[in-house]
Amino acid sequence: MIPLEFYLLLAAALFCIGIYGLVTSRNVIRVLMSIELLLNAVNINLMAFSNYLDPATATGQVFTVFVISIAAAEAAVGLAIVLAIYRNRDTVDMEEFNLLKW
Amino acid sequence: MTLAEGVQLVLFGLLAALVIGTALGVVLLSNIVYSAFLLGGVFLSISGLYVLLNAGFVAAAQILIYVGAVNVLILFGIMLVNKSQPFTPVRRGWIRLIATGGVCLGLFALLSTMILGTSWQLSTETPVGDGATVLIGMHFFSDFLLPFELASVLLLMALVGAIILARREFVPDEPPTDAISDALKLPERPRELVPAGREGSESPE
Repeated sequence: MIPLEFYLLLAAALFCIGIYGLVTSRNVIRVLMSIELLLNAVNINLMAFSNYLDPATATGQVFTVFVISIAAAEAAVGLAIVLAIYRNRDTVDMEEFNLLKW
Repeated sequence: MTLAEGVQLVLFGLLAALVIGTALGVVLLSNIVYSAFLLGGVFLSISGLYVLLNAGFVAAAQILIYVGAVNVLILFGIMLVNKSQPFTPVRRGWIRLIATGGVCLGLFALLSTMILGTSWQLSTETPVGDGATVLIGMHFFSDFLLPFELASVLLLMALVGAIILARREFVPDEPPTDAISDALKLPERPRELVPAGREGSESPE
């Protein structure tokens, strides 16, 4: 059986890649994609714990299904916000979105 | 999973390399369309990992929802806001890159020391395997009924909110005179229509 630590290390690496993309991206769409990477890293953790620590009740799989559905809602609303702000500022650069910054 | 030990390990290694490679491509490539397609690769390889973790139902849901819905939504978003503009370089932008890389590497080091230092209480029960689908359904309609219903309401709210946010806002100059007949209309700002069809072809009218 594959050790549990492998899955957790993979999820940690994916999470760190997602954080890096979230902070350094200039394109708004890429920021949304990085958020999806973060949510997927969390999902890998939940599924690994569900399989290794609590295999008989599958509660972690239920949590993962909830996270997936909420991620879908988040992507829809996030893209709507991106479209609205693109119409306002006519750019996709994160550095130009400073309406609320002094 | 009724696979041999070595096969599982090789499959895990392949899928993990795919996840990390495509995720790095999503973050680092300069072309946003390539990033979106590589994001589909990340989702597909993660669903392969779910199959390795005895969770066929969630793997199918991952493919259906993430690759089928979220990734297509992101591609449509790229199509709608596609503006190839050169980003003006930020003053001292390299400090930001190096600091973020350092923070992320430090976070990964912290997490991996925690993961490797903890003695996990592994369960010895046999996994439910393909019976997990029935079990998830029973969870949804017994002890997770309230979150399940709340998620459906949240999806409805996201649907309405996305439509309201993405439409062209329109504030009429004069107050509406016939309030009753207009009550259910969503007024939109008028826009110039792009003529459809091939260039140079005559319009049928």
